[in-house]
Amino acid sequence: MTTVIVGAGHAGFQGAATLRQRGYEGAITLVAGELGLPYQRPPLSKDLLHGETTAEAVAFRPAAFYEKKGIGLRAGDPVTGIDRGARHVDLASGTRLPYKQLVIATGARNRELAVPGTDLDGVLALRSLTEAKALAERLGAARSVAVIGGGFIGLEVAAAANQHGARVTVIEALERTMARVVSPLMAAHVTGVHEQHGTAVMLGGRVAALLDDGDGRVAGVELKDGSRVEADLVVVAVGIVPDVELADAAGLRLENGIVVDEHLRTEDPAIWAIGDCAAFPLPNGGARVRLESVQNAADHARTAAAGILGSSIPYDATPWFWTNQHSCRVQIAGLVAGHDEAVVRGDRSAGAFSVFCFRGDDLLGVESVNAPRDHLAARKLLAGRTTLSREQAADPASDLKALAAAGQPDPVA
Amino acid sequence: MPAVTYVSADGAREQVELAVGTTLKDGALENGIDGIVAECGGNAMCATCHVYVDEAWIERLPERSEVEDELLESTASERTAASRLSCQIKVSDELEGLVVQLPEEQE
Repeated sequence: MTTVIVGAGHAGFQGAATLRQRGYEGAITLVAGELGLPYQRPPLSKDLLHGETTAEAVAFRPAAFYEKKGIGLRAGDPVTGIDRGARHVDLASGTRLPYKQLVIATGARNRELAVPGTDLDGVLALRSLTEAKALAERLGAARSVAVIGGGFIGLEVAAAANQHGARVTVIEALERTMARVVSPLMAAHVTGVHEQHGTAVMLGGRVAALLDDGDGRVAGVELKDGSRVEADLVVVAVGIVPDVELADAAGLRLENGIVVDEHLRTEDPAIWAIGDCAAFPLPNGGARVRLESVQNAADHARTAAAGILGSSIPYDATPWFWTNQHSCRVQIAGLVAGHDEAVVRGDRSAGAFSVFCFRGDDLLGVESVNAPRDHLAARKLLAGRTTLSREQAADPASDLKALAAAGQPDPVA
Repeated sequence: MPAVTYVSADGAREQVELAVGTTLKDGALENGIDGIVAECGGNAMCATCHVYVDEAWIERLPERSEVEDELLESTASERTAASRLSCQIKVSDELEGLVVQLPEEQE
């Protein structure tokens, strides 16, 4: 019995840890493309940029953990190919690793901005620890920062740059920030907080080129309408694309990610795909989606590990996400895309409220800002069988926690 | 550096010295103590760093925040009066001699 896990981000690491924790006795090899200990990503765009944690502190576990658990960590030796017929993977070093079960947890990489000037000095991106350290170093000295992309990462970087004292401009191509993940109402609130801190947020801003100061350093951003934003640091945060090349070369089916069934198994029964790279079916006949989050990565890993150990329980975790920007701690439960009505609960002017997103009578998801109790109740509501009315959602006197508890499946006798 | 004892679910005891300012969660992970998952990295988003503090310490630790209290409702192992999230407990000199028990399950 040998399990090879390709990728040591949140999904890959959790897969290895869960297999051991649940008693898997075979060999486990965790193959990481990057050198060093596998690390957590959320702090890279949050605490690390604010100087509140260190590069060392973001590792999931110290080196001794892998030894103690019998997890073979191969760091800095990426997989170059999968041979499904022979059931082995080849690594860049030339090493060949046979597998009985293969878990693809290759994650995603930053989407590139296809404009001139992205190779100038002072143009940075943020995905890896190396990139985060480089950005953290530069933020202290930057006077003006342009952030291209108004998603979670772009806005977290903008908040950090602002707090370091830089003049910050966020350039978002769409007509609102965080369009993929939050409601217009929540996006407007959080954007307003950035603006109150002095950050300029340009919506509908189409980037034409990054400008050269004549010395190979970036001087700013030119937009398609001809306007310019001066900046001595430009951060490109225009989303990620799943790393599916290995799976593609191995002939596995792709559909915006690696196609898996409800157990997170690919069409090849010996191969699983989990985390950011996996396109999986939502429970109860829902659409096939690919989600980018720590929760999704870790919960996928648990389901796949259980599957390797013989379980046939399908994946059905309720998605949740979070982002910290200035004073806003935004927590999202469920998937709000496609909602047709947003019901507010709480005090918007106080900056602590939740947005309940409905489609028809169905509650799709709940976004909370500085309202963690609402968030936790929402996670339970969405996982359970409670039907919440708009009136209950909007009424601060309705007890969400009690409603959620009433909808939980009966405890197993 | 205050000494803290972690007791695993099977009763094994390990005493370690922790730096002031770190958390009980980080102290466990850095010292190779099993039984803490800490999926969210200490952001008070999950409940996978659950511990039971020794009875004598229940009243001596700083009180739970509302968020910690809510999260403890969804622990994998049973919540008791001694339940805490180890990411929410900062190590201070007052914790010298603290004993915490790790639960059977975190996930």
